[in-house]
Amino acid sequence: MPFYEAIRLALQTIRSQKLKSGFSLLGVFVGVASLIAAWSIANGVNRYMTEKFAQTLYGVNTFQLRRQPMFNANVPDSVWRAWRRRPRIRFSDAEAISAGLTIPVITAWQSSDQVSVTYGNKEARDIELTAASERYFDIKNLGIAVGRPFTGEENRSGAPVAVLGEAVAKRLFSDRNPLGKSVRIGGVPYRVIGVVEHQGSILGFPLDRFVVVPALSPAQNLVNPPGILDAFLVKARSDLEMREAISQAEGIMRSRRHLRPKQDNNFVLDTSEGVQRFWAGISRILVTVIPGIVIVSLVIGGIVIMNIMLMAVAERTREIGLRKSLGARRTDVLRQFLAESTVISLLGAAFGIGAGIGLTILINAVSPLPASVSPTSVLMGVMLGAGVGIVFGVYPASRAARLDPITALRQE
Amino acid sequence: MSNVQLFRTGDTPLPDVIILTHKLTREYDMGSELVRALRGVSVQIQRNEYVAVMGPSGSGKSTLMNLIGCLDTPTSGEYWLNGQKVSDLADDELARIRNKEIGFVFQTFNLLPRADALHNVELPLIYAGMSAKSRRERAVHALERVGLGNRMDHKPNELSGGQRQRVAIARALVNEPSILLADEPTGNLDSTTSTEIMGVFGELHRQGQTVVMVTHEQDIAAHAERVITLRDGVVATDQARAA
Ligand SMILES: Nc1ncnc2c1ncn2[C@@H]1O[C@H](COP(=O)(O)OP(=O)(O)OP(=O)(O)O)[C@@H](O)[C@H]1O
Ligand SMILES: [Mg+2]
Repeated sequence: MPFYEAIRLALQTIRSQKLKSGFSLLGVFVGVASLIAAWSIANGVNRYMTEKFAQTLYGVNTFQLRRQPMFNANVPDSVWRAWRRRPRIRFSDAEAISAGLTIPVITAWQSSDQVSVTYGNKEARDIELTAASERYFDIKNLGIAVGRPFTGEENRSGAPVAVLGEAVAKRLFSDRNPLGKSVRIGGVPYRVIGVVEHQGSILGFPLDRFVVVPALSPAQNLVNPPGILDAFLVKARSDLEMREAISQAEGIMRSRRHLRPKQDNNFVLDTSEGVQRFWAGISRILVTVIPGIVIVSLVIGGIVIMNIMLMAVAERTREIGLRKSLGARRTDVLRQFLAESTVISLLGAAFGIGAGIGLTILINAVSPLPASVSPTSVLMGVMLGAGVGIVFGVYPASRAARLDPITALRQE
Repeated sequence: MSNVQLFRTGDTPLPDVIILTHKLTREYDMGSELVRALRGVSVQIQRNEYVAVMGPSGSGKSTLMNLIGCLDTPTSGEYWLNGQKVSDLADDELARIRNKEIGFVFQTFNLLPRADALHNVELPLIYAGMSAKSRRERAVHALERVGLGNRMDHKPNELSGGQRQRVAIARALVNEPSILLADEPTGNLDSTTSTEIMGVFGELHRQGQTVVMVTHEQDIAAHAERVITLRDGVVATDQARAA
């Protein structure tokens, strides 16, 4: 019996026993669906992390001088407390690095905290106030939708001017033009000179709820003690130049802090690699837990298929005997039942792939997690489906193939 | 009988002899006892013979038919089919012979309940590796031969007992086998239908088909040209009937 005949026969049998077949493909269905969905999440978030997230939070070829890393997973309390004891980053540190770097870079100061911003009787709460220098917009790649960013002159003179995030502008001004209006930040009036383009959200965190003001403007007191910075941002022209700039900045800071060669840095030069390392930690959890679920449901699915096939062989003993009496060889019978278990399992995998893709679309729609289906996972699903069908189908099929025609025919 | 006695182990039978068995035995080891279903059966059947096998229940008729039909292998002795010694062939070769050389009709029809008449008749051709198109042509032709050209898309449960047996006969014929074997083909049918089925067998025989059938009934056996009677696993009588 040629292979396609076996497949055709299998499809006929499955169609005539929809309920039983539906039940038997459930395990494979669940296994493959969770494989596709989990892989999609990991895949999507991974891409997001390496492309968008890292670049939005850090900028390309950019590093930050900070007291401690911006992102940290599973840091023990003792380490955390040690970080808090470190000296803060000072304006003078930033100035020394700016003066000392021989690599062409652009730099910005940055300090942030949550504040309320008011306009008349309207209030926007939990707004991230960032006191920064003028190149901050370039480094963070923040395009201006209306108006303009503040200038170096305004920064140095501490002019009370503000650039609003889109959400803040919407909240305070609805559809009216905010330019030239006076908002209050920490009680001090600021003139709105620009609104930043829509930034969207990242993993569910809105990115448009912020205000940027000059680093030396009155609101600097709201974000840090005098002379203190959260971060000093340095953007180079290439990855290579960034690495060189990092090592120069490290030297400058170590000598400013009088660190001996054996002593560790008491500051960090953080790059987007830090975020990616943070993500790698999380995705490692996904990568170890998900295969477990997938394997367990595939094995259960395989055992279910094997049992159903054993039942089918028992129920259809007469049919097998008849086929043999009409000239079916062992391999024909083996092929028939193997095709059946494989087609059932592949159907489970196909539905699983469909459901996995559906889940991915659903996750994208209702949760902040960015998910995207990986073609590799689809291929893997198909292969696992076929594999389960074959592996768990071999035993029932070989039992069917070994049946003696007369004994089989005689069975009631 | 004389031919059989002249035949010695190792000889090749005459070309016109389709079935030749030599001291065929079949024993079943039941643990506590040894059941000797056949105890040395030597028969010879020529092309285009119409043979009835009779004998009391348990005399070994079905056992002999299963051996002749290559569904079973003997404990000892030789079986030559169409000039080929098949008594010591392996499984897959026996399957090929069942497929090509033998048409078997069972007492209980043994049709696939979910498949229609046409598909049931096509089954042997699937295992012969024939293309779907020629399979269909051959199956339609076989069904027409047994007078069921208008019932091809009926499932077995939509057919009468006699019609089911005709489907089974069509299936047995579809591969143009050297012999048509039937183990009590009318055992599950009433007398009118039995006579009809015997009509079909008679017609096939007139067209040149070699037929061997087992029956309990004298009037069914009366359709054959020759009656072999078994008793306790050996041939008791072997007589040509007066035509
Ligand atoms: N699979 C088997 N295992 C054990 N004994 C068997 C088996 N098949 C047949 N026999 C025995 O072999 C003997 C011959 O059986 P067989 O079926 O050939 O008889 P039969 O002539 O066809 O009888 P009936 O007319 O009732 O069909 C019987 O004694 C039977 O019990
Ligand atoms: Mg019998």
